[in-house]
Amino acid sequence: MAVRKVAPEELQPKSFAFTPETEAFAQAQIAKYPPGRQASAVIPLLWRVQEQHDGWLPQKAIEVVAARLDMPPIRVMEVATFYTMFNLAPVGKYFIQFCGTTPCQLRGAGDIKKVLEARVGEQGHVSDDGIFSWLEVECLGACCNAPMVQINDDYYEDLTTENFEKLLDDLAAGRPVKKGPQNGRHASEPQDAIKTLQDPSLYDGSVIGSWRKRFEEEAVKAADADTEKKS
Amino acid sequence: MLQDKDRIFTNLYGLHSPGLKAAQMRGAWDGTKFLLEKGKDWIIDEMKKSGLRGRGGAGFPTGMKWSFMPKQSDGRPSYLVVNADESEPGTCKDREIMRHDPHLLVEGCLIASFAMNANAAYIYIRGEYIAEKHALQKAIDEAYEAKLIGKDNIHGYPFDLYLHHGAGAYICGEETALLESLEGKKGMPRLKPPFPANMGLYGCPTTVNNVESIAVAGTILRRGASWFSGIGRPNNVGTKLFCVSGHVNKPCNVEEAMGITFRELIDTHCGGIRGGWDNLLAVIPGGSSVPCVPADQIADAYMDFDTLRGLRSGLGTAAVIVMDKSTDIVRAIARISYFYKHESCGQCTPCREGTGWMWRVLNRMAEGRAQKREIDMLLEVSTQIEGHTICALGDAAAWPVQGLIRHFRHEIEKRIDDYAANPHSESVLIAAE
Repeated sequence: MAVRKVAPEELQPKSFAFTPETEAFAQAQIAKYPPGRQASAVIPLLWRVQEQHDGWLPQKAIEVVAARLDMPPIRVMEVATFYTMFNLAPVGKYFIQFCGTTPCQLRGAGDIKKVLEARVGEQGHVSDDGIFSWLEVECLGACCNAPMVQINDDYYEDLTTENFEKLLDDLAAGRPVKKGPQNGRHASEPQDAIKTLQDPSLYDGSVIGSWRKRFEEEAVKAADADTEKKS
Repeated sequence: MLQDKDRIFTNLYGLHSPGLKAAQMRGAWDGTKFLLEKGKDWIIDEMKKSGLRGRGGAGFPTGMKWSFMPKQSDGRPSYLVVNADESEPGTCKDREIMRHDPHLLVEGCLIASFAMNANAAYIYIRGEYIAEKHALQKAIDEAYEAKLIGKDNIHGYPFDLYLHHGAGAYICGEETALLESLEGKKGMPRLKPPFPANMGLYGCPTTVNNVESIAVAGTILRRGASWFSGIGRPNNVGTKLFCVSGHVNKPCNVEEAMGITFRELIDTHCGGIRGGWDNLLAVIPGGSSVPCVPADQIADAYMDFDTLRGLRSGLGTAAVIVMDKSTDIVRAIARISYFYKHESCGQCTPCREGTGWMWRVLNRMAEGRAQKREIDMLLEVSTQIEGHTICALGDAAAWPVQGLIRHFRHEIEKRIDDYAANPHSESVLIAAE
């Protein structure tokens, strides 16, 4: 468990309201669930509100979501403080979630962490220019591409201190960056050594229908047995 | 090595399009109507005969799980919920299915829901998988568009599929916590019974299955239970996605036959152990919650449920975390303990308090700042957490610690001796890094 509290009073905005897009999103989400179960939409809606509000959730927004979903505000507060992806205080323009769990640790996440500490500073604090903030999070589920970070919505994988420094430079300078693996890898394949899925017949459509033979043979057998019984 | 023609996830690496047309060329959505016309009982029977064991970690037979759902509705609807909250450290297989082969999952949802009389299914994807969420939503939209699913579809079985996402809580991978979260609450596991098959989502009969278990269903039914059960070893059959991470030359996801030996898995697909086989220290064979296995025991072991259980570990999600001799094993396990401390939902006292306590003690042990008698105390406390909580997170937190003490007690004792022998505690800290 982690203790998570809403941001102090002076950081909280005085009011909050849905944009028309957020309201349309809310309606589409609520429609996914049976009537009277609109509370199910609380996580997607809080997430949307966080996106609308520069990546963090002020207390007023939590109250607005509660009213929209007809939930007691404390229930929404519980959700907002329980789930760690809800940021309860301001974050940088680029919010870096650094994975520090064992599979990444084994592949050198410690060095990535040092880069973050040297460049951005202590975790949970926004850099002076407002561009970066970072947080050590638990396993992000890209372990074959460790070490990795998530920056806002995107995963950046197969990091080294060099390519990570460059990535941060590019982001800070507003240059375009490549998502995903940073070392030329495509996804989670063994780099430059794929030995599987080479058979072209998997992709030319010849697998379609080839499995039906089994059922046809069974049907013929059943018909034969039937005629035998009758005679 | 498993032959290419026996692989289910033919776009595992995303080298081809994940779109509907390309997926159909690879065999998805092929004759789904024909399979549904064979009937619910036939589907469940084939799934049972195939010997498929749930791919989410526990290894419970999928066909049997489906058969627990009520055959006749008492007025309540039934639901299928797909657990895509992949958060077990080391595991990254469902991600590849959702972003590269999503149509296998969508088709599997239709088939499984049909077999269980469910007209609606929810896929609960972890919040961090934002690109995967969009990829999967795109596939769902394509399936609706092509009338493969929906109220009025070409399969003649009304079926709606919804994608729901979480917001970063490992505990929501536990099925009842997932249902709580889906209902818009904190992800705190429920007491069982009642089991979800009687009282699940919104109090209705619900089955929760892992992504991989559902995504393989279509192919199993097409190719036949005997094809699937002919791969692998008795009681541990079929193909399985392995996620190999850590100290191998080429970490990767790969689909292989169950019961492949560890050595073959690593040498064939992962370019061997970093620094050679003599450099192997230990392996966590099934995600962070299973105990580690030392090199000499794992090297030629079969990677399946029963063999690994025999080694007092487990296959779990087949997330193979390899550690070579450069690893500080005590710190590696201490980091796992921190993970469980962070992810404990706080509902049960043994887990809420115990996970933090174990992490603090292990951290001291990593530096050597402990007493030898504390090793036994740590073991004792871990057994007091295990089995004394509502869900299995308490067990999952205890097992890695127990595995560490079982196999590497000497390493902890050495740290303690080194620390005691050295009057300058800082230098020991550096030595232990």
